[in-house]
Amino acid sequence: MTLSEDPAAVPLLSVRGLTKLFGSFAACDAIDLDIAPGEIHALLGENGAGKSTLVKMLFGVLQPSAGQILWEGAPVTISSPGGARQLGVGMVFQHFSLFEALTVAENIALSLDTGISLSRISEEAASLSRDYGLPLDPKAHVADLSVGERQRIEIVRALLQNPKLIILDEPTSVLTPQEADRLFETLFKLKAEGRSVLYISHRLEEVRRICDRATVLRHGRVTGACDPKLETPASLARMMVGSDVAEVHRDESAPLGDIRIEVSNLSVPARTPFAVSLRNISMKVRAGEVLAVAGVAGNGQGELFDALSGEYPVDEDEAIRIRGKAVGRTRINGRRVLGAGFVPEERNGHAAVSAMALSDNLLLARSQPDKRAFLAGGVASIIRHDAVRSATRRICEAMDVRKSGDDPLAGSLSGGNLQKFIVGRELDRQPAVLVVNQPTWGVDAGAASRIRQALIDLAKAGSAVVVISQDLDEIFEIATNIAVISEGRLSEPHPAGTLTLERIGLMMGGIHESHSIPERAPSMPESTHAR
Amino acid sequence: MFEAILLTVITASTPLVIAALGELVTERAGVLNLGVEGMMIMGAVCAFAAAQLTGSPYIGILAGIVGGGLFSLLFGFLTLTLVANQVATGLALTILGLGLSGQLGEAFVGRPGIKLQPVVIPLLSDIPFFGRVLFSQDLIFYLSVALVIGINWFLFKSRAGLKIRAIGDNHASAHALGIDVIRTRYLAVMFGGACAGLAGAQLSLVYTPQWVENMSAGRGWIALALVVFASWRPWRVLAGGYLFGAVGIGQLHAQILAQNLGIVIPSQFLSALPYAATIVVLIIISHNRRTTLINTPASLGKPFVPDR
Amino acid sequence: MRVELEKRVRVSTLFSILSPLLALVLTLVFGAVMFWLLGKEPLNALYVYFVEPLLEVWSLHELAIKAAPLILIAVGLAICYRSNNWNIGAEGQFTIGAITGSILPVMYPEWHSPAILPLMLIMGMLGGALYAGIPALLKTRFNTNEILTSLMLVYIAQLYLDWLVRGPWRDPQGYNFPQTKSFQVEAVLPEILSSGRAHWAFVFAIVAAAALWFMMRFMLKGFEVSVLGQSERAGRFAGFSARRMVWFSMLLSGALAGLAGISEVSGSIGHVQPVISPGYGFTAIIVAFLGRLNPLGIIASGLVLALTYLGGEAAQLSIGISDKVSRVFQGLLLFFVLSCDTLIHYRIRLIFAGAKSAEIEA
Repeated sequence: MTLSEDPAAVPLLSVRGLTKLFGSFAACDAIDLDIAPGEIHALLGENGAGKSTLVKMLFGVLQPSAGQILWEGAPVTISSPGGARQLGVGMVFQHFSLFEALTVAENIALSLDTGISLSRISEEAASLSRDYGLPLDPKAHVADLSVGERQRIEIVRALLQNPKLIILDEPTSVLTPQEADRLFETLFKLKAEGRSVLYISHRLEEVRRICDRATVLRHGRVTGACDPKLETPASLARMMVGSDVAEVHRDESAPLGDIRIEVSNLSVPARTPFAVSLRNISMKVRAGEVLAVAGVAGNGQGELFDALSGEYPVDEDEAIRIRGKAVGRTRINGRRVLGAGFVPEERNGHAAVSAMALSDNLLLARSQPDKRAFLAGGVASIIRHDAVRSATRRICEAMDVRKSGDDPLAGSLSGGNLQKFIVGRELDRQPAVLVVNQPTWGVDAGAASRIRQALIDLAKAGSAVVVISQDLDEIFEIATNIAVISEGRLSEPHPAGTLTLERIGLMMGGIHESHSIPERAPSMPESTHAR
Repeated sequence: MFEAILLTVITASTPLVIAALGELVTERAGVLNLGVEGMMIMGAVCAFAAAQLTGSPYIGILAGIVGGGLFSLLFGFLTLTLVANQVATGLALTILGLGLSGQLGEAFVGRPGIKLQPVVIPLLSDIPFFGRVLFSQDLIFYLSVALVIGINWFLFKSRAGLKIRAIGDNHASAHALGIDVIRTRYLAVMFGGACAGLAGAQLSLVYTPQWVENMSAGRGWIALALVVFASWRPWRVLAGGYLFGAVGIGQLHAQILAQNLGIVIPSQFLSALPYAATIVVLIIISHNRRTTLINTPASLGKPFVPDR
Repeated sequence: MRVELEKRVRVSTLFSILSPLLALVLTLVFGAVMFWLLGKEPLNALYVYFVEPLLEVWSLHELAIKAAPLILIAVGLAICYRSNNWNIGAEGQFTIGAITGSILPVMYPEWHSPAILPLMLIMGMLGGALYAGIPALLKTRFNTNEILTSLMLVYIAQLYLDWLVRGPWRDPQGYNFPQTKSFQVEAVLPEILSSGRAHWAFVFAIVAAAALWFMMRFMLKGFEVSVLGQSERAGRFAGFSARRMVWFSMLLSGALAGLAGISEVSGSIGHVQPVISPGYGFTAIIVAFLGRLNPLGIIASGLVLALTYLGGEAAQLSIGISDKVSRVFQGLLLFFVLSCDTLIHYRIRLIFAGAKSAEIEA
């Protein structure tokens, strides 16, 4: 029975006026929330809304600055994850707390408070995982497991504690659509057992599909509590984001130009024991085209980006061509000089250095392609700091980057603003080719829509854009053609309009057609994949 | 003759094994403490001084352990609480240790040492050959063997050891699971310090029962190399430690042998062998990047600041 | 009681300057306590140690002589450490540089050309660079940790030197002392001013510091050093090669250490002997950190640490403290520098159990 059906029922978890301050910044501001027993409750909000902070307080990782938490009607203080577990709260974080070098059983043992023997833990974990439809081998090393399998460990870990409430933080962001379906079945099973689920997500379709009630957060405050099945995605989005976010506009009819980037039969062995080998990857991207490479994390996206960017050149020069030139062996600056731009997945420690100022971060990507503007003195390569700074200002204005001060440290910017700067850094050059890996991961909705529009506009202006992304919604918004990467192989590209979510899901799972390379030029008959 | 050589090898290898085992535990918890040389020499001077002042080498052993442990606290405070750079702090510990021990030990230079007497184990010591070699040794040798067995069990069979390995693999995940990373690391660092101190005590109470400034002569650094060589596994530390001890003793005997045979090999060349051997061993063990990546504790040397 | 760190939004420039000074003050305080424990009058001892050596001209010259190798080595080490290459073997590179630089005067004592000195300096730099090339090769080719390899090479270099001066290079007319013939006049690094012994090594040191400061501040190369030290991945993204930086930084610091070595032998000592350095290569590490890895700061910190050496010698004579006290001072100084450096990046909060928290630094 849900709360709305029986007004006399005591909610399992209640939160009253819960607040968390970091200095003077209120990550959570007077939040009220009720979860009934046997209820799947959604916690909605965009990145930065305060969902993670709220949930960390419920799990004892953070302490509230003010407010009350009530468990089964009685006020409680949750001072540590151990305390939360004792109450009956289990949590599956978005970022897994796993130990690569240890086995599944050892990982599970570490999250249990009591000193049960390892062999008993192995047995219980194996049987429980089977029962819930998430099978695991207790002796496997985590390093060898896929992302989906790793999530199972986290879930089994939580379930072994016999929790009354399970909190899941963005669980489907790392799953294929089929794996997500399997997860939902598990959740329904838990609900049937009388357990409650707090489901954190920003994916509205999912929430409407499986959740009984939803609480919406924005800027740390509750902006709505409703039954998601009775709402539309638009109304939920409005609660999440406030003013309507600009919709992304795309011109479907523009013709495509010459081939700007061509990959032929690219194979790259894995560089480290935990990496993915690329196998026979081929693709062609034309001017004006946005090719999206869809795939769940861990299937070779990073490795593909590394090969395309030239950070890790490949043996065969001909395997990659930019604007007709063979660049397989050329390093990144050589490719930049040919007119290519690159945006890696990691903002911190790859695309930018958080301890450096924004202007220094500009130089990171532009010192060679813009040698004449930014460097002087020939061999000495003396940096023209004023030229770099004025370019930085220009980019920040163009992309509406919110920051404190004229040239602050990159680390002081929010994720969305830093990402806008990083993308803007490349757009500023009007690159003929742009390769982006996860353009809007961890970015707030406003910045995300701006970035996506910028990518579309760039393609419209005549560039070839490759977008590697795990976000299928995003892909459908901006892609001309979609290919799927799975276990280091790339599928044939298909026009975005001809693909369904289901088909992509199957392709992600590896059930895709074999890829044949055209020996001679163009017209290879498109495989019949109409819906 | 062979037995005599074996006994000297045991004496030479024991401090290496003990110091390396201590550092192994520290590194398994993700902390790189380059100050082993400093902690070892502090242990040596504390042990010698205590033995001189009380007349008992056993008090000396205790003083060495405590001295090394307390000295390591300095390192722990800087790197774990103040999150200072671990490499620089370890070096600072070594420089300070060498200087401070020289200062403290000044009064004891030249004094005759009090040697730790062997503890003969009844019955077992009557076994021919092995009885004399293995069961008529000093206390510190027995401790070294106990440490190998104990640490191996602790790391791989106990829950506390599992926690240490977890912290060494991923301190952020360990923290998220509620493990007190800082407190565990403090304990691991102090254990490493205590072991280094014990190794130092062995030097000034057994190996050369005397106090000489800088008497550790780079053994702390060799112990660090040993940990890498052993891929952070206790039994391999034992093997590697004895290998190095053998090289060290071997070169001494080679010097005498060469002299007797009239072959001119400069003594400096032979003295340099242990250091050269360390380099060679490091090359062999490190050059396969793949295995190095798999064996090295992933969070080794990385600073950790818990979020509250 | 618990200590908590809160990362600052912006690096505190106030503390960037204050931190080394604070470290100095703390070291002096602890030093005073140490003197008192040794039974000496603390203030007088501090005076003898740190103030007296600055009062005489000849003493200032000695200061420059001691500071020169410290600064030369430390600026090279600063480039290494900033790029995350931990060269700990500068002492060995110093020694080998001294040896290779001394080849000409030792083998050709009758060669009196003015060309001999520049050649010696160049050979010294080459020797130091090549010796530093060994850990660089081992790191890039064999993935071997440079801390341990460069350090082991120090012991090997010192043993080699010992063998040389007791063996093939020993002066046959030297009454069996383990040292070479004194260098011919042309092979001795001349003094800068006539008022004292300070020789040209000090000029080399200032020039090197200025040049490297310029590089770090204004040139792309300096930017490359900074980026690679903070993130190898970001460096790769920028087109920089961490592998080539290993070579650059190690060869550079090796050359500077080698130059310091031959300058010391040629300018201060005048011949080769088994002990040519009171641990300059290791003290330079402290100089580098005290100067916050900034070449200009290193000039100042080099002078400060040279003062601890001089003070040690003076104190030994006038108040009977052993020279080991210098080592303790130096170790303490490094400790306090590292501790105070935390304040630059973090705010420290002391939290007392139960009660309200007290902030110790704003």
